[in-house]
Amino acid sequence: MTEEELNKIQSSQITPERMEEERRDLEQTWSEPKGIVGWFSATDHKTIGLRIIVTAFIFFALGGVLALFMRLQLMNPENGILGPDLYNQFFTTHGSSMMFLFAVPVMEGMGIYLVPLMVGTRNVAFPRLNALGYYVYLIGGILLYVGLLLNVGPDAGWFAYVPLSGPEYGIGKRVDLWSQMVSLTEVAALIGAVNIIVTVFKFRAPGMSLNRIPLFVWSEVIASFMVIFAMPAVMISSSLLSMDRLTHVSTHFFNQAEGGDPILWQHLFWFFGHPEVYIIFIPATGFVSMIVTTFSRRKTFGYTALVLTMIATGFIGFGVWVHHMFATPLPQLGQSIFTASSMLIVIPNGVQIFCWLVTLWSGRLNIKAPLVFVFGFFVIFVLGGLTGVMLASVPLDLQLHDTFFVVAHLHYVLIGGAVFPLFGAIYYWFPKWTGRMLSEGAGLVNFVLLFIGFNMVFFPMHILGLNGMPRRIYTYVAETGWGDLNMLATIGAFVMGLAVLTFIANVAYSIKFGAVAGENPWGADTLEWSIASPPPSYNYQYIPVVQGRHALWSRTKDAPVVTGLHVNIREILATTIHDAMPEHKYDLQGPSLIPFFVALIVGAMFIGFMFTPWSLPIGMALLFIGFFAWFWSNSVGDRPPFMPAEENPTAGDSMPNEPAEATA
Amino acid sequence: MQGENKIITITVNSVRLTVVVVVTSAFAACGGNQSALNAAGIQSERLDYLWWLFFIICAVVYLIVIAVLIAAFVRTKKVNADAEPDLTPQPEREKRLSNIVKGAVAITVILLFVLMVVSFRTGRAINSLSQRPAPVSIKVTGHQWWWEIEYRNDDPSKNVLTANEIHIPVGQLIKLELQSNDVIHSFWLPNLHGKRDLIPNYPTAFYFEADKPGTYWGQCAEFCGYQHAKMRFRVTAESPEDFEAWITAQQQSSVQPSNDLQKRGEQIFLTTVCAQCHTIQGTPAGGKVGPNLTHIASRPYIAAGSLQNTRDHLAAWVTDAQSIKPGTKMPMNTYSQEDLSALIEYIESLK
Repeated sequence: MTEEELNKIQSSQITPERMEEERRDLEQTWSEPKGIVGWFSATDHKTIGLRIIVTAFIFFALGGVLALFMRLQLMNPENGILGPDLYNQFFTTHGSSMMFLFAVPVMEGMGIYLVPLMVGTRNVAFPRLNALGYYVYLIGGILLYVGLLLNVGPDAGWFAYVPLSGPEYGIGKRVDLWSQMVSLTEVAALIGAVNIIVTVFKFRAPGMSLNRIPLFVWSEVIASFMVIFAMPAVMISSSLLSMDRLTHVSTHFFNQAEGGDPILWQHLFWFFGHPEVYIIFIPATGFVSMIVTTFSRRKTFGYTALVLTMIATGFIGFGVWVHHMFATPLPQLGQSIFTASSMLIVIPNGVQIFCWLVTLWSGRLNIKAPLVFVFGFFVIFVLGGLTGVMLASVPLDLQLHDTFFVVAHLHYVLIGGAVFPLFGAIYYWFPKWTGRMLSEGAGLVNFVLLFIGFNMVFFPMHILGLNGMPRRIYTYVAETGWGDLNMLATIGAFVMGLAVLTFIANVAYSIKFGAVAGENPWGADTLEWSIASPPPSYNYQYIPVVQGRHALWSRTKDAPVVTGLHVNIREILATTIHDAMPEHKYDLQGPSLIPFFVALIVGAMFIGFMFTPWSLPIGMALLFIGFFAWFWSNSVGDRPPFMPAEENPTAGDSMPNEPAEATA
Repeated sequence: MQGENKIITITVNSVRLTVVVVVTSAFAACGGNQSALNAAGIQSERLDYLWWLFFIICAVVYLIVIAVLIAAFVRTKKVNADAEPDLTPQPEREKRLSNIVKGAVAITVILLFVLMVVSFRTGRAINSLSQRPAPVSIKVTGHQWWWEIEYRNDDPSKNVLTANEIHIPVGQLIKLELQSNDVIHSFWLPNLHGKRDLIPNYPTAFYFEADKPGTYWGQCAEFCGYQHAKMRFRVTAESPEDFEAWITAQQQSSVQPSNDLQKRGEQIFLTTVCAQCHTIQGTPAGGKVGPNLTHIASRPYIAAGSLQNTRDHLAAWVTDAQSIKPGTKMPMNTYSQEDLSALIEYIESLK
């Protein structure tokens, strides 16, 4: 890029009047259309991101209610609140809901909202695709719960092992519904992943070289790459399963009687299933890194180490899946390799924990709700990590596998490792989303209830597992002696329910009456805290130029900005992958109803495949029309003539004139 | 700041409480006849040892990490959001901290290596049993939702078929041949050994040895549908003499009905639906769907460990199994009161 071109994307001096005029134009260009039609055609990453987060929380609450019913059933030996049929549907829907409809989407939703803000751009790379992803996810989620209400809730477990889920033993449409829900939500996950990766690699603000990307953004990129490699495995397996099950197709991929293989399912499922845990956990470590840094009031200790350990986790996460299958008759030597790899993954996680501890130790702490939740994260997650070390050992796993010990372990890892940081992140970013602070006092009550309730539910489960209680049983006889600890766990479950209610009340109250937040209530370091709360539709009036790893903390008073982007069309700045040098301007697509209709077609096609293979060719033909309309309407219209910087009326020197280059 | 201190105090207290609960319950847990922490065999003893080794190492690591975390929160100079961020911490100090992190990582690697080696050695040791010839070989077939147990003999007429009830001699190597004919089940006997999955088309062998006589419970550990919860089995480890006596008794054909009531019961058994699914050796009843009932009265439990084998339970099971174990293949049956008591009388005679 020549100097002359570079100059075109900066302006020299701009008057306050002109700034205000530009701001109005930007607002008009980027704001979302109003009304019902406008709601369905929204493409702003903040709108879509918040929708994903809110929808995911609704599924979290529904999954939680199912868990409360399960706990009531297990409260006493031989309890009769839920029969085996409802219990099996509830635990399957609980697991599927939490994994497919809450944990993965909420982490991507946070990314879709925050990543464009953090990297300093105006929307995600593919705004319409983003909207499509949300609707497809929503359809998948509604499908699961409508199924449960109609008594066709899946009942073969969230892992749907064949042959139990196959055509012979999984009667009715229950498992079909599960597999189509999986396909739909994974399409949505892949869309989100592609969007996040391209946004980060191509649309970062100038100066945000790879070694200055905020840790949360790194975590989202790494999790998105994992999505791209892991999700196809489960989509393939769920598609093969639907083909095995569909009457007129009746393939035999998993039918051992016809040369199929039930263990194939387990390999395919866990090749997705274990990386999935890290897809959930890695963004949560991103939250922890951001919160620890902001509230320790010091630069992150071991930034490079933290990035590299996340990448290492991303790779090793794909090499541990067989530790879910140690009890199967697989060769012993092969299993040993997976013991080694499962223990290996502890090392990068350990490095992360140590780096955060050192940051906290050597910083001056501003102890507020987000940091308190991170405190809870350490206490719970580290314990879950250590029980994970136990499960990595083949002989020990033979005792612990498929028992309540594993139920305890996975909730310590997922609630401790992902939900506690997520609550911290919501207390942290809520002011940015709404312009108001969540109540600090209610936040602490929320934390204490959640922490105590959680440990009451899940700690006893370690002991129950060692005492012989297997997972997924709907009842037990009194002689087993499991009654007391189960009662304790059930009481704890309601304490956790109270914690979630406190959180909901806090949100409902604070969104209207909370203290006004201002731009940067926490004194944080990333770009999103430099703009109004909530952010305007265009995010940044002038794309900032990043001068250091902690963008706002290292910003000089006369920091340059990027100007010269059109204000009348949706234009953003593309930069180079490594150094984020300005490369060219890029037009984004605007609001459209087409993604919504395409999502309806995709949904109908997948749901139709539960009943007839014809849904595929018909759906494809309709999709062809849908995508034709999508690309036909892709044109952004006539570009207004470009007004070179030299022709600007010059007055005042509010914006200094500096090259928009990254300086290390 | 008061509030935050209180929170930390509460948290610390609840952590402390948790630790107390852990330790007491963990030791209280070292009992029971369905527990991984009450080893009754050579393999589960090794597993028990491995467990406590992992437990102690992990507990020490955990306590250190949490102590550092709490110390970081307690010792810190508390500030507000407007405190100037520290972008250039003292290089000397950072270097020292970085050395501490490197040291901690090194310790982690060493500990993991130790745990891995111990784990491999334990794995080898518990599998070494399979190198010896096993004097007792038992075939276990998983069904939805009960266990079929078969002791095979060179003389096929002396094969023993029973259900959910395994007898083994103490101090002898036992070989289990595991298989499933429907869905995946998992055989788990925590007092004696870890679990092994029964996967259709993947027959597998499994070796263990009991050193302490006693009764031990196990149950299916892989979700296998509706009644996964009620798929229990009982293992009786006894002296070789008692075992011989038991197996000899089981090899006999069924006891002949000795009074009119029992004879009427037998007639009912053979002429109504019972015989279509159940076998009673020595009678024409030869169904293969349900458990073999030749010596049903010698088993202390029915319905895969969900009911004690009493007269009332038998009657309830025969007439209305679906309300006790919904989904089981045992149908509901309607008998007159007299027929039912005759049938139960007969079943109870099948010692």
